[in-house]
Amino acid sequence: MRQSNATTDVLIAGAGIPGLTLALALARALKPGFAVTVCDPSLAAPPAADDRVSAITASARHMLETLGIWPKIEAEAQPVHEMVITDSKLSDTVRPTFLTFDEGERGDGPLAHIVEHRALAAALREAAVREGVELLPKPVEGFERAGESVSVSLGDRPLTAKLLVAADGARSKLRTQARISSVSADYKQLGIVATIGHEREHGGIATQHFLPAGTFATLPLTGRRSSIVWAEEAGEARRIVALPPEEFKKELVRRFGLKLGEIEVLSKVRAYPLSLSIARSFTSERLALLGDAAHVIHPLAGQGLNLGLRDAAALAEAITDAARLGLDPGGPEVLKRYQRWRRFDTVAMAGMTDGLNRLFSNNSDALRVLRDVGLGLVERAPRLKQFFTDEAAGTGGDTPKLMRGEAI
Amino acid sequence: MNEKAHATTVDPAEVARFAALADDWWNLSGKMAPLHKFNPVRLAFIRDQACAQFSRDPKRLDCLSGLEILDIGCGGGIVSEPLAKLGASVTGIDPAEENVASAKLHAEKSGFAIDYRATTIEAIAGGNEIFDVVVASEVVEHVADLDLFVRCAGKAVKPGGLLIVTTINRTLKSFALAIVGAEYILRWLPVGTHRWDKFVTPEELDSAIAASGLEVVEESGITYDFFHDRWTAASDMDVNYMLAAERPK
Repeated sequence: MRQSNATTDVLIAGAGIPGLTLALALARALKPGFAVTVCDPSLAAPPAADDRVSAITASARHMLETLGIWPKIEAEAQPVHEMVITDSKLSDTVRPTFLTFDEGERGDGPLAHIVEHRALAAALREAAVREGVELLPKPVEGFERAGESVSVSLGDRPLTAKLLVAADGARSKLRTQARISSVSADYKQLGIVATIGHEREHGGIATQHFLPAGTFATLPLTGRRSSIVWAEEAGEARRIVALPPEEFKKELVRRFGLKLGEIEVLSKVRAYPLSLSIARSFTSERLALLGDAAHVIHPLAGQGLNLGLRDAAALAEAITDAARLGLDPGGPEVLKRYQRWRRFDTVAMAGMTDGLNRLFSNNSDALRVLRDVGLGLVERAPRLKQFFTDEAAGTGGDTPKLMRGEAI
Repeated sequence: MNEKAHATTVDPAEVARFAALADDWWNLSGKMAPLHKFNPVRLAFIRDQACAQFSRDPKRLDCLSGLEILDIGCGGGIVSEPLAKLGASVTGIDPAEENVASAKLHAEKSGFAIDYRATTIEAIAGGNEIFDVVVASEVVEHVADLDLFVRCAGKAVKPGGLLIVTTINRTLKSFALAIVGAEYILRWLPVGTHRWDKFVTPEELDSAIAASGLEVVEESGITYDFFHDRWTAASDMDVNYMLAAERPK
C-alpha cells in the first residue's frame, strides 16, 4: 500500500506548530495506507530557541489531549486560573480592575494554559515521527499543478502529492506563488517579548493592561516566572529594546509594578512586528493555506496559535472524511469545505481583536469612559461574558471534532 | 440464453442522453459537479452498509478489501473508483460504450484495476456472475422496467450479500426540487436529465425487492443542507433516498 518515495498524499510545507499538528492528526487518523510528508529546512536541527509563548484555550488543549501530545507538555504548561483586564493609567496608584474571568465561569478546568512554543514543537515533532510522518529537511521551492495532483520541487528531486499545504509562515512564498493576495494592516507597533522572574507566586493570574500605546500583557509561566508581551509604537519599542538592562528594568517596573516583589529579566528581550493580515482565499487548486500563511492577527487576545490549531483540526477532518470515502484528499470539495469552515471564523476573530486594539490604543478620556462602561457592562451581564469566554475557549460555533476532544 | 432473451431494461433515448455527457464525467467543476457533490453521502451509505454487513472497520482505508462489488450504471466511474480505492474488486457496467471508454481511460490514469464493461444487468444476471455487493446508484429512475431490473440486480447478489440502491422518490416535492429546482432554476443538472414520471417510490422499490427474494435492512433519506452546501443523510425520504437489501444466506 505504501507509495514509492516520489509520491505522497499530503505534503505540508513548514514544520511550525500548525503544520506538525496537521501531519500528526492525519497520520493518526489515516494510517496505514496514507502518506504524509513535512518539508522544512529547519528539520535538520532540533527546534530552535523560541521565547514566544501562547495561551492554549480549552479546545486547543482537548485537541492536544486527543492527539496524545498533552501529557508530554503538561508539566511545563502553566494553568491560567484568572484573567484580569484593566485600563488604568500608569500614574494611577490604585489600578482598578474592570473585568475578570475566572475558571468558575465554565465547568471546564482552567481558562487556558500558557505553553512555550519550543516545548510544544519538540513534542509534536517526536510524535509525528513515531506515527510514520516523513520529515524532510528541505525547502519547498515551488510547485506546479498536474491534472489531479501537484508536483513540488525540493531542490534535488520532485515530489508529487494530492494536496500541498502551505504552512510556511506569515511571509508564505507558496501563497505568493499561488497569487493569493492578502488584506493587511500594519499596526506600526512592535511586540516586546521577554521572560521575567519574580519573588512571589503569580497565582496563575494573567493580566492585560490596556495602555494608550498598546497592551501590556503578562502570562504566568511555571515556577516564579512570567512572560510579558508588551506592544509599543515601533520607534518607542526599538528605543526600549536598546536600553541598557537597568534602564529597561525601570521601564518594566513602571508597567509590571512590584506586586510580585523584585523582578529580573531572564531572557533576551526581542521585538516582533505586529500586523494584521488575512489571505483573500485560504485555498486554490490543490493548495490549502494553514496558520500564519493564512492569517496573522493582533496577539492581544492570544488567539493566533489557537486559530492555527483550529485550521489544522478543520483541514485534518475534511481530508480524513474524504479519504475514508475513497475520495481525492486534495479535491475541490475538501478545499471548499475547509475554506467555508475557517475563513469566516478567522475574519470574525481578526475583526474583534483589531477593534479592541483600536479602542484601547487611544489616550482620549472620552474613549476611556466608553470602554470602561463597555467592560463594566460585560462584567454585569453573565450571558454576554459567557459568550466571550466561550469564544476565547473555542467551544462556540461549528467546532471541529478534534477541538471537542473527539478522535476523527 | 437468459430467461427473457428479448426483454431489456435499457431505454435507448436515456442511454443516448448520458453518452453525450461522457467526456464531462471527471470535470469536477463541469456538468457533473452536482453528482460529485452528491458522492460523499452515497459513498458513505455504501461503505457503512457494506462494513456493517461484512464486519469491517469503516475508518480503515482498506475497509472494503477483498469484497467484490458490481456498480450498475457506472457512468464515468465516479462511484467505482472510490470503492476500488477502499480496496474493493470493482466491476463497473454501463450500456453506453462512451461511458465505459471514458471510465477505462480515467482508471488507467489513476492506476486502478477496475473491470469496466459495456453491458447490461440482464446480461450479467444471465451469466450467473455474483457479487458481495451490487450497487445501483441513481439508476432505477432511468430504467424502462423496474421489476425486471431489480430481479436481475438481486440475482447478481451472493447469499449474505447486499443490494444497495439510491434514487429519487416520486412526490410533488421531488418534482419541485429535482426537476423545476435542480434542472430549470438552479441549472445544477441539464434540462431533461430526469423524467419525473419515471421516479420510483420506496413502496414500489420495496415490493420489487421483496419479489426478488431480498430483504430491506436499511433505509435513509437524503436532504440538502444549504448552510453547509452539502448533502446529508436524513430521515426525510420525500426526495432522494437510499436503501440496502440483503439476500438471505
